[in-house]
Amino acid sequence: MMALLSRDLRLAFRAGGGFGLGLAFFLLVAVLVPLGVGPEAQTLAKIAPGILWVGALLACLLSLDRIFALDFEDGSLDLLATAPIPLEAVVAIKALAHWLVTGLALTLVAPVLAVLMMLPAGGYVWLVASLALGTPALSVIGAFGAALTVGVKRGGLLLSLLVLPLYVPTLIFGAEVVKRGAMGMEVATPLLLLAGITAGSVALLPFASAAAIRVNLR
Amino acid sequence: MSIWEYANPKKFMQTSAWALPWLAGLSAACLVVGLIWGYFFTPDDYKQGSTVKIIYLHVPSAMMAINAWVMMLVTSLVWLIRRHHVSALAAKAAAPVGLTFTAIALVTGAFWGQPMWGTWWAWDPRLTSFLILTLFYLGYIALWQAIEDPDTAADLTSVLCIVGSVFALLSRYAVNFWNQGLHQGASLSLDKEENVADVFWFPLLVCIAGFVLLFLTLVLVRTRTEIRARRLQALLSRERLA
Repeated sequence: MMALLSRDLRLAFRAGGGFGLGLAFFLLVAVLVPLGVGPEAQTLAKIAPGILWVGALLACLLSLDRIFALDFEDGSLDLLATAPIPLEAVVAIKALAHWLVTGLALTLVAPVLAVLMMLPAGGYVWLVASLALGTPALSVIGAFGAALTVGVKRGGLLLSLLVLPLYVPTLIFGAEVVKRGAMGMEVATPLLLLAGITAGSVALLPFASAAAIRVNLR
Repeated sequence: MSIWEYANPKKFMQTSAWALPWLAGLSAACLVVGLIWGYFFTPDDYKQGSTVKIIYLHVPSAMMAINAWVMMLVTSLVWLIRRHHVSALAAKAAAPVGLTFTAIALVTGAFWGQPMWGTWWAWDPRLTSFLILTLFYLGYIALWQAIEDPDTAADLTSVLCIVGSVFALLSRYAVNFWNQGLHQGASLSLDKEENVADVFWFPLLVCIAGFVLLFLTLVLVRTRTEIRARRLQALLSRERLA
């Protein structure tokens, strides 16, 4: 399993593209929104939690189709499916690798972009906390979408259509945490609900994804 | 005699051919009676005026939009567990019908909301969850369209339907958390004293019955079409082999 993880990470860093793309996209969102909305600090501060979360979510979406597509094309997914470790674990590891290169990276750069978005001082901690808690769910749900569409040629758009509705609860609770944090209100409720969604998705969705991959490999 | 007999396409086709005219006739009768009764023989509401009458389209279609998804969930489970093709095809057939009901509910709601709330759209929890339901329907239909092999498509859409149901439910409660409602509460709960007044209620019940029957009729017709299309496909591929 460690071997698979390090292989996926190495591929993500070396194959060029994949890794930096999501971060660059996130940066662009944080630059373009103030250009479109106007530079008033108050307006930006008000929309910052939502924009940052939507930006992170879309940046996550960009690299989803790479989770399984390349392995499916060159046949390594068939090998992984017949490997001694269960396919569910393979899916979980691949989602973890995806999270390490996108979710974790997004979480780490988010405070910097929050400066551009004029996020009020109280929100920074909760922005990092909510992204750290919520982005694993984005990766696992995304891996499920990628597993469904892995057999479809040019499935990227279909993948977004399938995955975006599934992202709704995560987005709502994640953005709510930051919004409340920025206003100095208590954040425990949405934070716990967000953690619940992540825990549930991480525990259950690999089974659904593995089932979908088995169907696609049939 | 068990329900699983209808998993046999031949048996299904026979029974549905017999049931279809009855269902269609009953549905038409209920809709004609319910809608005419509702539109011409009920008084205007003292606050809402004649706009209250949109309830006869709005409530039944909204109910069926959700029930259609539940039916797809059940048939998807049946397909995954017992591998009956008719079941998978019924789920496929129900999706566009459910999507249409969702659209009707959203559009009639907008027509009612414009004079009453002063807006076509509000980010109210119920409205928002219906919009999200629309997206789920679109994704489900798109996945059926995208995959060529029918069994693969049936498997994958079933998995999507199950996971989607969980997330649709989560979203329903998440949006409750996210915004306070403008929409009125349930108008038909059985356990509540305060429902809509009886004058509106009885024609509404007839309309709901009409919509349920209409849904059944449309799903049967579409399932029969899917079965015929599948038979045609089988014949063509057999011809190619010969």
